[in-house]
Amino acid sequence: MTEEERRFKGPVRGQSLFAIVFVVASLLLLSQLGTETRWAKGTQLFAQPRFWPAVAVGGMLLFGLLHLWKLPRKRLRRADLVEWRIWFFALEWVLWFLVYVTVVPVLGYLPSTLVFVLLLAGRVGYRSPKMMWISAGFAVAVVVVFKTFLQVRIHGGAAYEYLPGALRSFMILNF
Amino acid sequence: MELLVSAVEILARWDVILALVVGSVGGVMIGAIPGVGPAVAIAILLPATFSMDPIVGLTVLLGIYGSSMYGGAIPAILINTPGTAVNALTTYDGFPMTARGEARRALSLAYSASFFGGVFSVICLILFAPVLARIAPMFGSREIFLAALLGLILVVIAHRGQTLIAAAMAFFGIFLNTVGLEPVKYSKRYTFDQSWLSSGVDLIVVVLGLFALSQAFYLLQGDDEKVRLTPLRGGLFQGLRELSRHPRVAGVSGAFGVVMGMIPGVGEFTAQFMSYTSAQRSSKRPEDFGHGSSEGLIAAETSNNAVPAAAMVPLLALGIPGEALTAMMLSVFYVHNVVPGPQLFQNDMPFVVALYLALLVLNVLVLIFLLSATGHLVKVVKIPNRFLGVGILTLSFVGVYSLRNSFTDCLIAACFGVFGFVLKRLSLPAVPIVLGMVLGGIMEVKLRAGMARVKTPLDFIDRPIAMILFVMILGVLALHIRHVLIERRKLKEAKWSARRRSTRFGMQMFRRRDYLSTERGKKVREKRSKYVPRSTGPRSPR
Repeated sequence: MTEEERRFKGPVRGQSLFAIVFVVASLLLLSQLGTETRWAKGTQLFAQPRFWPAVAVGGMLLFGLLHLWKLPRKRLRRADLVEWRIWFFALEWVLWFLVYVTVVPVLGYLPSTLVFVLLLAGRVGYRSPKMMWISAGFAVAVVVVFKTFLQVRIHGGAAYEYLPGALRSFMILNF
Repeated sequence: MELLVSAVEILARWDVILALVVGSVGGVMIGAIPGVGPAVAIAILLPATFSMDPIVGLTVLLGIYGSSMYGGAIPAILINTPGTAVNALTTYDGFPMTARGEARRALSLAYSASFFGGVFSVICLILFAPVLARIAPMFGSREIFLAALLGLILVVIAHRGQTLIAAAMAFFGIFLNTVGLEPVKYSKRYTFDQSWLSSGVDLIVVVLGLFALSQAFYLLQGDDEKVRLTPLRGGLFQGLRELSRHPRVAGVSGAFGVVMGMIPGVGEFTAQFMSYTSAQRSSKRPEDFGHGSSEGLIAAETSNNAVPAAAMVPLLALGIPGEALTAMMLSVFYVHNVVPGPQLFQNDMPFVVALYLALLVLNVLVLIFLLSATGHLVKVVKIPNRFLGVGILTLSFVGVYSLRNSFTDCLIAACFGVFGFVLKRLSLPAVPIVLGMVLGGIMEVKLRAGMARVKTPLDFIDRPIAMILFVMILGVLALHIRHVLIERRKLKEAKWSARRRSTRFGMQMFRRRDYLSTERGKKVREKRSKYVPRSTGPRSPR
């Protein structure tokens, strides 16, 4: 391990890829500056619509490049590959989240949350009856606190439409 | 006195009192769970507070902000894992005390020191409020621009060893703020003809992604840790007595907390570091620091709890948040059309004092709660990490979806969640992104307004406060450059001292030749440097 690697704050693995992606993204944004922003005639420089995006993207590119240049190790190694795999596998949780978001307007907040929490708790290894009960209790508590008491804006599910009259409006309003 | 009465009237409502209790108790519990932290909790609760009155919503968030550090001391002391990031220094002296069998003494001392820090800063700021009310109107567009710029620079250079990437992240935050419809010329910026980008990138969606979702992904991806708790014995009141034996350490640490908290971008870490170093220097037993010193624990806990009240000063007086948590609170003000800044101090001083009084009451509530419920509270430390991940992911949905019931918001938040996850894995800072977004918007508006009345660049700093701020910016940059140069020299020295010779054959042969030629050269030079007169004596007989 070099002296720079030893003094580097945080792990060295994965840093080069992140820095390269950041610099490339900044370059792409900078290349779009002319088409994605407008230069207004007869307006001061600091009031130009293009001024702040130019400062921001320029700063991103400059400091991104400096960061990349100052990295203790730029060559890719096996440890980097392991790190990218971890980043990739995290996408599973994104998928879980997006499926949950898609299901809520269909099934309704309470049933979707109950199913989501139980399934996800099972997926991460809490399959004992005790943990399942705790998970179910947590799901109901979240819905009751936020939807019933705090009345956050989450629309009732489409499935509630099939419920009989009074129960339907009760469920739409509270769960 | 009239001001105090008006402030008490604002607070004397059942919903405010309930918000205080919920915020303070909830904050302690959130702080006590390693892996959650106040940023996650505030990000999740933010949209829920939009439907409340500003004072109620802010009280809940202030409660979480102000009390989480009390709770964070519990796992720091008992299991050597800080509950919130700012409790890291508490582990230095707190955990060794637990290892000696003095867990209850350490907890009691931490609570007492935190209480002193919290109350000390609120009292300082209530006394300081009239002065602030006089100074705040002197801040025009230029001064606010320069103060925001100073704050951003301080945030960046506070990330020692990561300044370059912190600056890149701050610029990324500024960029995110520019996306959408520009408010003066009504021209689109970086929307790529996508209708969902026209309204810009919502700060709360970014905050929820970067702090809450990323934390959920991080916990779900990791493993559960086995926690072994030390049983608590003895009373919790002894800390107050012990604290009274170190008034100087507590006072100095509280003062550091107040001063550092007021400077945007500096915050708890610098306050803690300075008060800890100061306490160690002035201690009769400096060798005990890091090995269970009561003075060290007092210094760390007093200074970090003195910061939240002080951090509200730049937010309320200038509308400039100094850190991620106050940046989130700023959005509550905006939602209710309450614009923090000089006008708030001039027109609505009772509201400002009410917030400070709420912080004062909050500290008392938290102390009472902790003294009576610590025995039960320590059990929250045992919640497994991955289950916490499930919980945070479920709660994050409420935060993002309840904003506009939009799938796109959730998708953007998920993208920022992955980005935040990668930042966490690489130990890179996410806070500059949020501050870049908030301060970037302020800087854009104020620079435009400030430059409208300026003919030459020097006119921009012709007012005393603008000049002071400008000199401060130059000073901070100069100090940072000096620090970078010193670090560079140290690195060079370390590299020279740790330099190793190559073991390759060619290099060895090269060194051998070099050695031989040097040695031979030495001999030749030695021979030539000496005057050896030719022997003229009689030849020896054969």
